[in-house]
Formats: sequence, structure tokens, C-alpha cells
Amino acid sequence: MFEIVERSEMAQGTIISNWLRAPKIAKKALPGQFVILRANEKGERIPLTVADTDPERGLINIIYMVVGKSTALFKTLQVGQGYMDVIGPLGQPTHLEKVGKVVCVGGGTGIAVMHPIARGLRQVGNHVITIIGARSKDLLILEDKMRAVSDELLICTDDGTYGHKGFVTDMLKKVLTENKDVGLAVCIGPVPMMKFCCLMTKEFNVKTLVSLNPIMVDGTGMCGCCRVRVGGEMKFACVDGPEFDGHAVDFDELTLRLRSYLAQEKLSYDQFKAAHGHNCACHT
Amino acid sequence: MSEEVKAPKKEKIPRQQMPEQLPEVRRRNFDEVPFGYTPELARKEAERCLQCKDPRCRQGCPVEVEIPAFIRLIKEGDFEGAIRKIWEKNALPAVCGRVCPQENQCEGLCVLGKKDQPVAIGNLERFAADYQRLHGRSILPPKAPPTGKKVAVVGSGPSGLTVAGDLILKGHEVTIFEALHAPGGVLVYGIPEFRLPKEIVFSECNYLERLGVKIELSTVIARSETVDELLARFDAVYLGVGAGLPIFLKIPGEHFIGVYSANEYLTRSNLMKAYDFPQYDTPVVRGKKVAIFGGGNVAMDSARTALRLGAEHSYIIYRRSRAELPARAAEIHHAEEEGVEFMFLSNPLRFLGNKDGFLTGVECLRMELGEPDASGRRRPVPIPGSEFQVEIDTAVIAIGAGANPLLTRSTPGLALNKRGYIVADPKTGKTMKPRVWAGGDIVTGAATVILAMGAGRQASNSIHDYLTFGW
Ligand SMILES: Cc1cc2nc3c(=O)[nH]c(=O)nc-3n(C[C@H](O)[C@H](O)[C@H](O)COP(=O)(O)OP(=O)(O)OC[C@H]3O[C@@H](n4cnc5c(N)ncnc54)[C@H](O)[C@@H]3O)c2cc1C
Ligand code: SF4
Ligand code: FES
Repeated sequence: MFEIVERSEMAQGTIISNWLRAPKIAKKALPGQFVILRANEKGERIPLTVADTDPERGLINIIYMVVGKSTALFKTLQVGQGYMDVIGPLGQPTHLEKVGKVVCVGGGTGIAVMHPIARGLRQVGNHVITIIGARSKDLLILEDKMRAVSDELLICTDDGTYGHKGFVTDMLKKVLTENKDVGLAVCIGPVPMMKFCCLMTKEFNVKTLVSLNPIMVDGTGMCGCCRVRVGGEMKFACVDGPEFDGHAVDFDELTLRLRSYLAQEKLSYDQFKAAHGHNCACHT
Repeated sequence: MSEEVKAPKKEKIPRQQMPEQLPEVRRRNFDEVPFGYTPELARKEAERCLQCKDPRCRQGCPVEVEIPAFIRLIKEGDFEGAIRKIWEKNALPAVCGRVCPQENQCEGLCVLGKKDQPVAIGNLERFAADYQRLHGRSILPPKAPPTGKKVAVVGSGPSGLTVAGDLILKGHEVTIFEALHAPGGVLVYGIPEFRLPKEIVFSECNYLERLGVKIELSTVIARSETVDELLARFDAVYLGVGAGLPIFLKIPGEHFIGVYSANEYLTRSNLMKAYDFPQYDTPVVRGKKVAIFGGGNVAMDSARTALRLGAEHSYIIYRRSRAELPARAAEIHHAEEEGVEFMFLSNPLRFLGNKDGFLTGVECLRMELGEPDASGRRRPVPIPGSEFQVEIDTAVIAIGAGANPLLTRSTPGLALNKRGYIVADPKTGKTMKPRVWAGGDIVTGAATVILAMGAGRQASNSIHDYLTFGW
């Protein structure tokens, strides 16, 4: 079992952070990589980015939003309990190189994925401008951690309850207009956000990386479930990615494929909620 | 009277069939199809064997099981003796008895087959293994004294399990590293429960663990640890990582919801138990009209899985004709009995979908057989203008597997052929990288369980030689 040693809730309990004991993974994981977790014998294999590591204590950090049965089940796991399997690190690490000025855009739990990447980009000597956003103030996560790894931090909320009112894409446009020397953009968040960020950076001709989150099973390139179209070619996100050139990704196809099991997921989640009641933290 | 049968008055015994679930019943459940021989049936079948002095059957067995010897023990009622005889050469008899293409191997060479039906060697092997598992005393074979040498086996498919089983008996320490959360390779994620119950695979793996083999699951070599890191901790490394790369048709519409690679469809159903959704959390599309593309064992398994998941129509769409189907005869027979519908000489051109991205159909082209190709089979050639559409909601692509590059590309010093498979000496399994051996599907391309085991046997002999005498 992979034990949870620290647990916290963010964004009004919709986003959960776990520090797990996984010493081998903690030693190996690099920015951009992910793990696949399974809570118990009957569980699904769920991919989550390694949001941070503490190799000395042998810990890794995962941060996830509760969106269905599996993540709701994860949420019930308390300190001292844990996951049956944690497999990784998987995927290609981010290619960290010095380009000068970089803009990092994170939305929702994408901010957690972004954190180690922004930190890595800064460590190799880039000037990092970070834009993070959420629907409203209560849902914004990791502000302090992002501030610590950025040269400039800009915050947006859709409803204007914190920082600038508006979407991260608007802020991205402003940053790109004011900084003609941006050499790289990294955009991670919900698919529509990534899609529109890429349309924007394309206008400014700025190379852009995105991190994709298709449905996965094995995570080793064996099943092809995670296939995405990039530059007209079929790629497997679990081994060829999860990061790709945002200007080549077919986001519409990704959006479609992410909806493959909506009906089944709803059924499964409804049954779980019925069995567990609302917000219950009991463990099966 | 045939010449082989010398005893004049001996009544000719027909080949004994295994009792099995009726097709109408089994096409909707995941329980194993045949029930296996009873001791009486097994002894009766064993009596058919002529105990040839120079047994042809054995030449067809890649791991050289002493076929007439174990059959004689069954005939005599010494079932435990029979399984011990098999174990001398084959560590996975319950598996092989169920999935080997015997008609192309031992049974294909059996002398009785010339005039009559061959001895049911596979059914007898299966009987001996099942009898031991259910009634045996589970005594372990003797192990050589510890040598202090350590071997890492990457992949827990049949080739890796064979290497582990051989080397642990020779006194070496063996650790298997497996990427998935359960051991067995294709035996557990690919071949369905109704053909090979997972309990049998686990019991074979458990037998190895009782012998002292360590199995580290959920460990992806290349990512969790590299081959070079393993070489620092182990004296020898065996790579039995399988083929494990799905091949798609590369036609328009493969992204539609409901289009699966056979690997994904079968992994969801077998390994993740999606057939028991929502008891198990992993879903799979339960199509009403399912088309499978391909004609091998993987295609038959997918088509029969689709029926069990509730399909009203399960089609096999194949480019060639029935005679060219590469699947085991028993699988084709079972699929036909269960109501799988075959569309021969048809080649898919594109998938059709609705605006929400769900698959609604496939457009195909009719083919006719032309001149034989390199494989000796007649090449299918398209008939111009013969397009037709089939309404389907699920498609499973089972046209083969390629070499998964995850481990091979990240291991310096391994030589690969142009299709990405590892180059290894066919006699010893030695790769171009010192202290590294390889075998099974990652060397030969997708093949069979028994060939993977045969390759494992040769490599384990070579590894043992190396550990004893040096490279
Ligand atoms: C659906 C299906 C039905 C089949 N039916 C038959 C049949 O009836 N009869 C028959 O003889 N053959 C059949 N075959 C073929 C047969 O299963 C294979 O030829 C055989 O399993 C190959 O064995 P292997 O040990 O080489 O590899 P595999 O069985 O593929 O095992 C390889 C293992 O290595 C693991 N692995 C891969 N990469 C790594 C890594 N980097 N680190 C750690 N572990 C790794 C994989 O997860 C896997 O568990 C079938 C195949 C399929 C897919
Ligand atoms: S060839 Fe047939 S008859 Fe002869 S020993 Fe083998 S199984 Fe028996
Ligand atoms: S998750 Fe199976 S190939 Fe990527």
C-alpha cells in the first residue's frame, strides 16, 4: 500500500492534495511526469500528475479535482490509509531549456501540473511570468507556491472576486503584447482553456506546450486508449506525451474522446453517492 | 483396420470430447467453455495413444514434453506422476493445455491423425494440470542449492514465467518486474476468462512464488528503473516484455467513441473486469452491434467477449476467406457455435460517426483472392466499386501487434531490427548487450504462448551456463 502521510483540501473541498509515501517514484519523477493510481482491487487506473516530490522523505504529491466515482473514492482516503497501486513515473519529462522569457498559464487543477514545470523552467535560468486563473477566488489553488517559482505572478478570476476579472486568455494576450521577447508559452488546464490559449499564442507566433489528459488504461503504450491527434498523426499521450506542441494538437478530437464514458461515469458516481451519502469520509 | 493398431480385436475408441457449456448458455456468461475431462474420459482418451517408439508428437512440442510418457501415466491412473512428467519440461501446463494451437504442433504430427483423429494431447495435458491443482498434494520440486547469483526478469508473460521457473530451480535468485498490477502478461490482460480462467494463471504464478520467485508488480522498467540500473543490481537480465503495441487500421474515423484496439477492449474487460461494471469501476462500451477486424485468436476472443457483454450482433470482418483464418481451430468453431457472424473478403475503408463523436458504422470494400503472397496465402485484392456499409456502434481492431518501443528505445546497446523487435540469438536468446537476454513476442513478433515459453527455456539454459561458466 502507498500510504497517505499528509492530506489537505482546497477550493472548498473540490480539490484534494495528498502526500504519499512512494520513495522510488520520489527519487525518479521529473517535471511533467505522472503516475497511475488505483485505490483498491476494484478500482479504475487513474492518471495524475506528480505535482511535487520530496525525495529525502520519499514522498510524492498528487492534487486532483473530485469529478466522479474514482476521485470521490480517493477523497475518502485519510492519512494512514492509502492507494493499492501507484505506478510511475510515467510519460516524457518536460524538456527544460533556457529560452529567456517564458509565460506559464495554469487553470484549475492545471495549476498543480504547472507548478513543477514553472519551477524547472526558472531553475534553468528563464524569466517566468505566470498567469493562473479560476472561476472565483475560493476555487483558486496554489497561489503561494506559484508565486515562489515565478518572477511575475498574475491572477485572473472569471467573476472578478480576486485579481483581474476575466479569462486567462485575456491576460495572456496582454502579456504577449507587452513582452515581445517571450520565447515559450506553457498552457495547462481545461481543454477549452488550452485550445484558446494556443489560438492566442499562434497569433503571436510563440511556441507553446500543453499537457494533455486523455483517458488512459495501462500508461505504457499498450492499449492506445490515450491516442490523440498531433500534427495529423496518432500519438499515445502516455508515452509520447503528455506534453505536446499546442499548435499541432487536435483539441476538438480530444474533447470528444474525453466524453467516451460520460453515461457510465454518471451511473457509477450516482451509485457511489447513494451508498456514501453526501460528503461522507467513511471508507469501504 | 489401420496398420498401426496391432492388437486385432481391440475396439476402436473415438477421440473423446470434453463436455462443455451449451453455446446458447455460454454466449452470455464469462465462465470457462469446456468443463474438462473426468478421470474416466481422460483414461479412455489416453488409451488411444499407441506409445510410439519414435513419437512424432514430441517433435512438434517447442518445450519437448515427454508426451507418450505422461499419457501412459494417465492411462495407468497415476495422475500425479503424469503432471510431474509434464512439469519436467513445462511449468505452465494448465495454460498450454488450453491455449496452444495443438493442431499445428503435437497433435498435428500424431500418427493417428493420418487416418483418424489425433490423440487429444492438449485436453490430456489440461486434465493432468487441473487434477493436480484441484486434488494434488502441492509438493514442490527439489531446488538446487543457492548459487548466490541474481537474475532480473522483465515481464511476467509466459516467456518470463518460464525463465523464472527454470532458474529458481537451478538455485539462482529470481525477481520478476511487471508493469501491470497483475502477473501473467497476455494470459491475464488479453485472453478472456471464458477461455483461460484467471485463477489458473494466478495459481501458476503463485506456484513460482512458493518456489521463491519474487514478483514486483506495477513496475515499468525504463521508467521506474532502467535496464542499466537492473544490471548494476543483478547478474543477468531477461527481457520478456511481449509485443504490446496496438496496431490501428489507419483509416478515417478511428477516434470515434466506440472504436477500440483489441488490447484496450480486452484489457478493460479482462484485467479491469469491466464486464462486471459498476461493481468494478472501469467501464467499457457495451455495443449492440460490434464489428471485429482481423481473423486471429485475438479477433475470436474479442468477438466472443462482445457477445458476453450483450451484443446482438458480433461480426468478424476479415480481408481473406475462412480457409486463411489464423486462429486456433477450436476458437473458430466455438465462435461459430456461439453465433459470431463472419464477413469474409471485406476490408474497412472508413468509420462513420455522428456529431457527438459516437461510432455509427463502417464502410467496407469487397475483396477477391488473387495470387499467393510472401506468406503463401492468396492475396486479397479489392473489387472496384463494391463499397458497402455496416451499421455498428462498437469496433475492435485486432489486426496484430507491434513492438512496444518504451523499453527497447531507452536501453542503449540493444540491437533492434527494422520493425523494432530485439535482435537475439535464436539458440540462446543472447542480445547484443552483455548480460542481457530476450525472448518471446518482443523478439519474434506476436506469436504463441508455447513459442514464447520455448524461447524462455533456451534463454534460461544460456543464462544458467553464463552464471556457472561466464559469458
Ligand atoms: C487476445 C490474445 C489471445 C491469444 N490467444 C493465444 C492462444 O490461444 N494461443 C497461443 O498460443 N497464443 C495466443 N496469444 C499469443 C500469446 O499470448 C503471446 O504470444 C504470448 O503471451 C507472448 O508471451 P511473452 O511472454 O513474450 O509476452 P506477454 O505475454 O506479452 O507478456 C509481456 C509482459 O511484459 C510486461 N511488460 C512490458 N513492458 C514492460 C516493462 N517495460 N517493464 C515491465 N514489464 C513490462 C507486460 O505488461 C506483459 O505483462 C494470444 C494473444 C492475445 C493478445
Ligand atoms: S504420435 Fe500420437 S500415438 Fe504416437 S505417442 Fe504421440 S500421441 Fe501417442
Ligand atoms: S494508456 Fe494505454 S496506450 Fe496510453
